[in-house]
Amino acid sequence: MIAVLGLVIGVVVGLLVAPDVPDWAQPYLPIAVVAALDAVFGALRAFLDGIFDDKVFVVSFVSNVLIAALIVYLGDQLGVGSQLSTGVVVVLGIRIFTNMAAIRRHIFRA
Amino acid sequence: MSDDKPEKPADAVEPPQPEAPTPMPKPKPKTPNLALRRLRTGFKPSRGQAIVAVVLALVACVAVVQVRVNRADDGYQNARREDLIAILDGLGQNTRRLESEIADLEERKNSLSSGADKAQTAREQAEAQVRTLGILAGTLPATGPGVRITLNDPQGKMTSSNLLDAIEELRDAGAEAIQINGSARVVASTDFVDDPPGIRIDGQKVNSPYVIEAIGESHNLSEAANFPGGLVSEVTGPQVGGTAEVTELTTVPITALHAPEEHRYARPAPSPTK
Repeated sequence: MIAVLGLVIGVVVGLLVAPDVPDWAQPYLPIAVVAALDAVFGALRAFLDGIFDDKVFVVSFVSNVLIAALIVYLGDQLGVGSQLSTGVVVVLGIRIFTNMAAIRRHIFRA
Repeated sequence: MSDDKPEKPADAVEPPQPEAPTPMPKPKPKTPNLALRRLRTGFKPSRGQAIVAVVLALVACVAVVQVRVNRADDGYQNARREDLIAILDGLGQNTRRLESEIADLEERKNSLSSGADKAQTAREQAEAQVRTLGILAGTLPATGPGVRITLNDPQGKMTSSNLLDAIEELRDAGAEAIQINGSARVVASTDFVDDPPGIRIDGQKVNSPYVIEAIGESHNLSEAANFPGGLVSEVTGPQVGGTAEVTELTTVPITALHAPEEHRYARPAPSPTK
């Protein structure tokens, strides 16, 4: 319940405050959001598996976001930024799909 | 760890359950409940819930911001260098194409406007020519300085040749438009036929007194009528025995018109100069 509340509050805050994203963070923000989504779905899956641990969740969340941003940063420095960010998005997308499949199996048993 | 408590009862029954999805024929009523029950217990407030809430709020906030930024910016801010170069290249090509198009259109505009000028000039010239030719052909009324010659022929002895001589002398003196009795315009094709006691001009009967009105240099015209052996002396002479009166006027209105007839044989030939 609180989790859903937090989601709603986040959307509202994002809409109301509408902070400016600093220039340096702009290439990494979309990747970070995708990585965070991956972590959230992973947490939901773990929760349904009964192996959810909040510490693990926080650590995996932060590391996911940081690593995604780091990879993009590295790619930018190496001149393959767009390709690397595409790769990161693809990998995270696959992971999200896998997690969703597991969650689906848990809830609908199908 | 407080969130473990609600999980505990479920966990207690759990060990057999994780394998439950694979062997389907196993106890059915219990297995579907498990995940849903966890979901339901998950709605109870706990530390884990709070942490998840905070993280979710963060993610949602950032996601919303990102969506907004993505929608607000024009797509160049996140574009990589090679994309920007491609975009710039495209814009440059577009600019060159549009510039050449502008040059083309300018050129066409110039040619069209000069063509329009030419057409305008040609039309003005043609109109001026129409006016000149209309006076010459007798299809337009005319006005200007000139003379009025009144010939009185009480005995009806004037002939068409007298009148023709009079017209030719006036033409020699530079008459530009001539009418007789205010009804017969004298043009190139005008003919004079004797029809005593009078004269038929272009098939139209004209009687004494004959009033010849001519536009031209009025002094020259009156001299042409008055010179010895000319029109006046002939009319006043013994042969005709009439009277003649020549008046120089500053404005002679010539209103009689000659109805042009369609040429039956003559057709305009293409001019070689144009």
